[in-house]
Amino acid sequence: MALNSNIPDGPIQQKWDKHRAELKLVNPANKRKYNVIVVGTGLAGASAAATLAELGYNVSAFTYHDSARRAHSIAAQGGINAAKNYQNDGDSVWRLFYDTIKGGDFRARESNVYRLAQVSTSIIDQCVAQGVPFAREYGGYLSNRSFGGAQVSRTFYARGQTGQQLLIGAYQALQRQVGLGKVKLHNKQEMMDLIVVDGRARGIVTRDMVTGKVQSHMADAVVLATGGYGNVFYLSTNAMACNVTATYRAHKRGAFFANPCYTQIHPTCIPQSGDYQSKLTLMSESLRNDGRIWVPKQKGDTRSPDQIPETERDYYLERKYPSFGNLSPRDIASRAAKEVCDEGRGVGPGGLGVYLDFSDAIRRLGEKTIADRYGNLFEMYERITGENPYKVPMRIYPAVHYTMGGLWVDYNLMSNVPGLFVLGEANFSDHGANRLGASALMQGLADGYFVIPYTIGGYFANGGLQAVGNDSQEARTAVQESEQKIAALLALNGKRSPTSFHRELGKIMWDKCGMARNEQGLKEALKRIPELREEFWQNVKIPGSGAELNQSLELGLRVADFLEFAELMCFDALQRNESCGGHFREEYQTEDGEAKRNDDEYCYAAAWEYNGVGATPTLHKEDLSFDNVKLATRSYK
Amino acid sequence: MNLRLHIWRQSGPDAQGMLKTYDVQNVSEHMSFLEMLDVLNEDLLTKGEIPVAFDHDCREGICGTCGMVINGRPHGPLVRTTACQLHMRTFKDGDEIYIEPWRARAFPVMRDLIVDRGSFDRIIQKGGFVSVNTGNAQDGNAIPISKKDADRAMDAAACIGCGACVAACPNSSAMLFTAAKVGHLGSLPQGQTERSTRAMNMVLQMDAEGFGACTNHYECEAACPKGISAEFIAQMNKDFVASAFGGRD
Repeated sequence: MALNSNIPDGPIQQKWDKHRAELKLVNPANKRKYNVIVVGTGLAGASAAATLAELGYNVSAFTYHDSARRAHSIAAQGGINAAKNYQNDGDSVWRLFYDTIKGGDFRARESNVYRLAQVSTSIIDQCVAQGVPFAREYGGYLSNRSFGGAQVSRTFYARGQTGQQLLIGAYQALQRQVGLGKVKLHNKQEMMDLIVVDGRARGIVTRDMVTGKVQSHMADAVVLATGGYGNVFYLSTNAMACNVTATYRAHKRGAFFANPCYTQIHPTCIPQSGDYQSKLTLMSESLRNDGRIWVPKQKGDTRSPDQIPETERDYYLERKYPSFGNLSPRDIASRAAKEVCDEGRGVGPGGLGVYLDFSDAIRRLGEKTIADRYGNLFEMYERITGENPYKVPMRIYPAVHYTMGGLWVDYNLMSNVPGLFVLGEANFSDHGANRLGASALMQGLADGYFVIPYTIGGYFANGGLQAVGNDSQEARTAVQESEQKIAALLALNGKRSPTSFHRELGKIMWDKCGMARNEQGLKEALKRIPELREEFWQNVKIPGSGAELNQSLELGLRVADFLEFAELMCFDALQRNESCGGHFREEYQTEDGEAKRNDDEYCYAAAWEYNGVGATPTLHKEDLSFDNVKLATRSYK
Repeated sequence: MNLRLHIWRQSGPDAQGMLKTYDVQNVSEHMSFLEMLDVLNEDLLTKGEIPVAFDHDCREGICGTCGMVINGRPHGPLVRTTACQLHMRTFKDGDEIYIEPWRARAFPVMRDLIVDRGSFDRIIQKGGFVSVNTGNAQDGNAIPISKKDADRAMDAAACIGCGACVAACPNSSAMLFTAAKVGHLGSLPQGQTERSTRAMNMVLQMDAEGFGACTNHYECEAACPKGISAEFIAQMNKDFVASAFGGRD
């Protein structure tokens, strides 16, 4: 099957305008005849559901949370990028586009990224109109800060709670539509499967997490905005419930999964403190505006940081990347941290940490200014570690944070399964092999507020949709399969908890498919994962029944999918014989340890087709052409 | 450290609940409170018992999913700290800890420590928004907003919708939650058009959900993990009265 990305013709600056002009429209009076299912109520899902309802479509929105305000978008701290150029510092749509393409290590689709940069400015306007309390200067105008991978200040923020405020804005817009009766919101419903009829996505199967009821819901299109798969590593900065089930189920029903090996390791997280650790906590990248990262020059230096004189400290990011310094992009900063820790110069328990030091900034700006900028982050750090970062440097270490890979989509954000649209972190489209800070919020809202409302109309207007009900063969079969899977899991009554399998899988993935990968390790993982999966299906223990609120069952179902999906990640990492962005293959590096791309052979997006559990998937390539940006070695020196 | 836990167990919304006692050993001071419960649950599960159901998600104190009454205080003994951010170094060896769900008529218990907070969403549906469709917006800098107003709006908008204010209130009132939203939008020029109808409609919904009235105990403010000020309740009362007498709109 050939992948058609449906990129419009013409100069990149005009593609989106031209496409919007050419997309067929659905008459306002006819929109209410179309039913749309939106799964997930994070930034992408909530903004899409609200906007589609405003247009007049009938929307059913689904979330596994108890409220649409809880999705993990809420935890984004630092900010959202937009090419407003309010700072008069040379920003433009072009520059944001260029920074994003370069930040993604030249593995993203140019046309999608350009559109993202174009609509970024409208996002800020929309959010301000909703009452999102962005930070303001004394004159009343919007304030900006800088983020990694950019030399302009284009990041808008609301204290250290930008994701929360943007999500609450989208949540409020969504609740308004619920109140108006245009959105039917289903809380505490977990998607179990995608229903495909005559080759088109026509519905989903859900499990009610309170009553256990499994049922089908039918529609004219299905929109997945179900986030990323970082929890395949067990320990990540993702929320506990984040999982791959929705996108992986769609993959099993025919949707191609693209670039699953592109995972982002965030450089500034609080180091792990023990085996009981359930998740890792991120410290916003914005801290790198004022914090300086260093380790002792000497190996095994156990002196407390205030006893180490300036001359015996290695500010390694400033040394290696003088022009971007502490604001080097995430993949580069993470690998540099791993490198110094591997050399034995790490700090804290187990030597897995580096200092993020604010003493210079506090001397320069005063404690009050630093508290204004980062007060809540400093408090959070102290609550978790028991250490006061105003007095002693923070200790940080990289952790899994975001996944650039996701379901393959075309320019319309539609997957290769017609009628299945995929938004936000769940798709693969905009960040290439590495995402820049403050760009996830931008993409989620761009997709939901400003892209899908246009492109879904084009799909409907092309016609050909027949009525399909819950009594169709496909719907009944899908419901039955989900019920059987639940029953099978409950019947095992083995000895090990779902968490113990999840933790073990996470360890395999972190060791073999984490910050650095190599052929041998990936092959070991591909051997080990099926063994673990087999043990899971013989020995997992899930108490209770399926017909009640059962958190062990919820976890068991998610872990079962991770145990299949993990293999796909390793297949992808193994075939990509190059290093790029978040994918660092040890065999492919320059003499000074930087990622070495291979543009001649790997300048493509890898879209995988499912062939059965444990079977090698089929690779489809979407060649990436760079007509506007010259392919170059990514340098932040 | 070793601890004795007394945890509310209730198998479903209509079932009879009771406190059950569990001993947990070798708890590290660096664990979070919820990680301590994870360890207990792993132990229960491998013994073939049903683990304790509790709500949680981000474990960073921002999603508002977690919530439990710990030794009589919503989210436990630390001020401005959610249960997920509470760490065991706050407790000491030999402590007995009582863990219960939020108790309020408008928050029915679903299972163990999990309650249904759908009533909060229904309050928002009655006016907790600015009625602006996507695409209507002017340039973000076209409306200058003083830093003071923006900061005040942000102070109120910091609400995470966890429900601790309700659990802490002797009347199970949702005034602080409702007032935080009214205060957030009412502090900004964008929120003025619908200001008084917002207060009226949201308060009426709050009453309809079965939340009690405010009698100025300020327990809500003390329990709020985000430190939202009870001042916003005064602002909401002003908007409510203005609406009742037709003074605004």
